[in-house]
Order: sequence, then structure tokens, then C-alpha cells
Amino acid sequence: MSLFIQSLINGLNQGAIYALVALGYSMVYGIIRMINFAHGDFIMVGAYTLFYTIPLMVSMGMPAWLSVIIAILVCVIIGVAVEVIAYKPVRGAGSMSALITALAMSLFLENLALVLFGANPKAVPEIFSMPILNIAGIILPSKYIVTLIIGIVMMSGLAFFVKYTTLGQAMRAVPEDKQASTLVGINVNKIITVTFAIGSGLAAVASLMYCSTYPRCTTDMGSMLGLKAFIAAVLGGIGSIPGAMVGGIIVGLLEIFVKVYIAPGWYEAITYGILIVVLLVKPAGLLGKNVGEKV
Amino acid sequence: MPKKMKRNYLLNLIGVLVLFAILCGIFDTGLLGKKNGYFLGVSIICMMTIIIVCSLNLLTGFMGEFSIGHAGFMSIGAYASAIVTMKMLELGIALPTALYFIIAILAGGIASAIMGFLVGIPALRLRGDYLAIVTVAFAEIVRVAFTNFQITGGGKTLSGIPKISDFHYVFFTMVISVTLIYMFVRSRFGRAVISIREDYIAAAASGINVTYYKVMTFTLSAFFAGVAGAIYAHYMTAMIPTYFNFMKSSEFLTMVILGGTGSLTGSIIGATVLAALPEALRNFQIYRMLMYSVVLVLVMIFKPSGIFGTWEFSLGRLIDRLLKKDKKGGAANE
Repeated sequence: MSLFIQSLINGLNQGAIYALVALGYSMVYGIIRMINFAHGDFIMVGAYTLFYTIPLMVSMGMPAWLSVIIAILVCVIIGVAVEVIAYKPVRGAGSMSALITALAMSLFLENLALVLFGANPKAVPEIFSMPILNIAGIILPSKYIVTLIIGIVMMSGLAFFVKYTTLGQAMRAVPEDKQASTLVGINVNKIITVTFAIGSGLAAVASLMYCSTYPRCTTDMGSMLGLKAFIAAVLGGIGSIPGAMVGGIIVGLLEIFVKVYIAPGWYEAITYGILIVVLLVKPAGLLGKNVGEKV
Repeated sequence: MPKKMKRNYLLNLIGVLVLFAILCGIFDTGLLGKKNGYFLGVSIICMMTIIIVCSLNLLTGFMGEFSIGHAGFMSIGAYASAIVTMKMLELGIALPTALYFIIAILAGGIASAIMGFLVGIPALRLRGDYLAIVTVAFAEIVRVAFTNFQITGGGKTLSGIPKISDFHYVFFTMVISVTLIYMFVRSRFGRAVISIREDYIAAAASGINVTYYKVMTFTLSAFFAGVAGAIYAHYMTAMIPTYFNFMKSSEFLTMVILGGTGSLTGSIIGATVLAALPEALRNFQIYRMLMYSVVLVLVMIFKPSGIFGTWEFSLGRLIDRLLKKDKKGGAANE
């Protein structure tokens, strides 16, 4: 029983990370119908920023979590730069060009990091130094609770933002109909850039959560994490914020439970298997809307 | 123009034989001295890459769908063929090397084709981004499976594969593979596949069974990827599942895109150049993928169809032009 609860806690923590990354994918895909492969690598950028800024912050006598703000800034700048430099010029050229460009940007960021930081994994210093609670044999690091709270706050904040602010309304309008949004005075390019900025900012927060659980960063940490988060986004229904949360939590829980109870070596295969099954059975995802194609 | 076609076939055959003779002349006589073995190895890797890149171009260029999991099919071919030949070795079946090699590549190709067929039937209901993601997922599942199965080395290096990927065999395998892919593209089936790329709704409306053609092309592409995998396994003699990762798949895709989607000439040149490049630029290794990605973005922005577009090299046309037989246009529709 204690193993079950332990796995549940670990799974929720893992799921919260996936959910936050999935949100970034989902928002970008929802707005320009493009899998932003580079999104996973934004997390890597965030993690390296944390690695370099935390000692800096500590030596300056400031709390370590302040470096998250720097990480968010760096990720937003890189996200927007990628969008403006690489994605904008190919936006009209069809989904194939967009996909290749996204893949190329992912390779670019990954290999740039390899050149700059080297191939050795780096150990990210402790961000939250908080006690580990032990309740009746269940180990509950209190940083998990912090992670979960951050995740929930970010997601509900985002949901609120998209639902009630003018910018959020514009963000919902653009994917519905680009031309009509332009007609009513929405600057589509600006909205897309803002979406990328928010997505990248979320990636930075996700990197904080990831690093507080697994305190190390490698140059290829982003691509697989990103892929799994994308699976979470598809599972929940792409373009939907609650969908990303649900999908992320399900993928996280499933991964941990398969790892603990069924077959430790196979948990990744199960995650990818889910994707294939979901796409075949319900391509719109759990909470997504099924939109037919216009001829 | 059957006469002209016959002439072109003959010319191409002569061209291939001349190329083979030149390469044999270089490698078999040991013209390069100490570096001979090294260059031989590079050329085998190049030829293997040509096969897999052409097979990927069949999907990406002619069918207009993505596979970012071609390394997965390659690994199936590699492991299947390695298991077959190692089993044969174990049972002490003595065969001429050529026959061994043929059995190996057929085993690899068929295993991979069966997988391609099984994955293709459900996956090809999807298109575009989703299909691309499914191929990635498939390749990852294959990788995880191979790291867990005992028969594939259980995550450790599988070694002791007989080294039978001889230069001569590999050369002809490559020629036959490329020719088959070319013939497929130019056939009735190929035209149907191209029409699916152009507009799948219009193709379906004019009576083309879209799913059937898609699955067929996918299976064929997987077959040649498996052949390439078999060559790889029997050249390297040892391999590890993590070699066939996402990075490898994207590298193959890069070669296709840079060469030109829809041009086998482009694929051949792209594969040769990009496969030989890391050898030429050993010190430059770390910057290689960085450079690829920058070039890829530039190509996408300035010439999305790739360097060669859909242009194909034709020996017959070249000779015509050299002899000035052909006044402007003429055979340009080849």
C-alpha cells in the first residue's frame, strides 16, 4: 500500500512536469498547426540557465529560486527568436516545411548546447532546500508539493488568462479563423509571437520542476521529454488547456506505475504505444473537439 | 519511343559498369596504399546511406509523408539479418559468401517490410504531423524492445556478426535498389503515389485507393531501409540499439531534404556527400549537426524543394547535349 501511494506521488510529480511542457506544445500547435520540436529543447535551455545562474544567485546572497526568473527570460528570448528567425519565413509554405524547420531548430539548439556546454551531464544545484517528510513509511519530499502547487498555479493562471483577457481571446480566435481574426483587427503575427513567448516561459518553469526532481541536465534531455509531453498533449486533446493537464497527469502516472509494477524496461514503449493507440482510436484526444476537414 | 528508352537503358548500364570498374580499379589494386581499407569502408557506408536515403525519399519526396523513424526500420533489418546469419553460422550451414549476403539482405528487408506493413495499415490513416510523430514513436518502441530482448543482445552490443558486406556485393545491391525505386516511381503505381502527394482528396475522387498505395509505398520503403540495415550490420559486425535513435533518423531526413524531395539524384548526392563529410572533417565533428541544421533552415526558407528539387540526372540526355543532337527542350521531359 505504501508503495502504491509512493508511486502515486511520484507519478503526480512526473505528470505535473509533462503537463506543463504539454501546455507549451498544445498552445503552439493549436495556433499554427505545427509541432514545435524545439519546445523540448527550450527546457534544456532553461535547465542550463538554472545550472549557471543558481551558484551566481547563491554567491550574491539571494534565494536560489530567483534564478528561475532569469531562466524564464532566457527561454522567452530564445523562443521568440526561434519563431521570428526560423518559423515566420516558412509559415506560408505548408506543414511539411514547418515540420522540417521545427526539427532543424531542435537539432540546432541541441547541438549548439553540445558545442557550448560539452557532452558531460551537469549536476544542477538544489533549488529548494526543504525537508523530506516521512509519513508512515511514505517518503514525501516537500519540494514535490511545491512543484505540484507551482504547476497548478501556472495552469490555472494560464486558463484564466486565455479565457478572460483580451489577448487570451485573440489567442483563441486566431486558430478558429486566421482571416476573420485579421478582419476584426487582431495582429496575427503578434499573437503567434506572444504564444511562443508564453510557451517558452512555461518551458522554463517546467525545467525548474524537472531539475528539482532530477537534478542534472544533458544536451539531449529535451528531445525525449518533449516527445512524451507531446504525447500527453495529443492524449488530452491538442489545443485544449485542461486536456494538456489531464494528458500530462495520465502519462506521468502510467509511466511510474508501469515502471514500478509491470516492466521496468518497457515503460517508454508503453508511453509511445499510448500515442499510437490514441491517434488511431480517438485522434482528437480525450478533451479535444473533432474537426472535419474542409475540401 | 521504345528505341530511345532502350538506348537509355543501355547507356545507364554502361555507366554503372564503368563506375564499378573505376571503383574496383581503385580499391582492388590497392591504388591508395595504406588508406585503401579506410576509403573502402567510407564508400560502403556511403552506399548503404544511399539505399536508406532513397527509400526515405520514396516516402517523403514522392508520397509527401514524413517518416522520422526510418532508423527504426533500419534497426529491424539489421537485427533480423544478423540473427539469421548468426543462426546459420551456428548451425554450420556452409554457403558461398554471395549467397549468405543475399540471404542476409533479404532477411533484413523482409523483416522490415513486414513491420512496415503492420505499422503502415493503422498509421497511414493519419497524415502529416501525426504520422511523423507516430513514426518517431514506432522507432522508439523498436529501440526499447531491442534493448530488452535477449536475442538482440539485451541492451548490450550484439557482436560476432559475420563480415560479409563486401564492396562488390554492396555496390550491386545499391544499384539494384535504386533502380527498383526509380522504376517504382516511374510506374503506374508511382504515378498514383505522386498524385496522392499532390492532392489526396482529388486522387481518391479519381478512383485511386489511397490507403492501398500508401501502405504499399510504406512497405516498400521499409524493405529498402531493412536492406540498408542488413548491410550495416554485416559491415560493422557489432551494433547497439541506441545507435538507431531519433538523431539518426533526422540525419537521414536531412539528407533527403537537402538533396531534394522528389529527386533520387538529389538523394544519392546528398547521401554520398553527407555520409562522407564526417570522415573528411574529423576535427569538425562537433559542428557537423549544427551546420546541417542551419543549412536545413536556410534551404527551407529559400528553396523548400531542396537543392535538386525534382530534377533527375540522365546519362542519355547528357550525351545528347554533349553531341548537340538535342536542340533546346526535346528530351527534357525524361
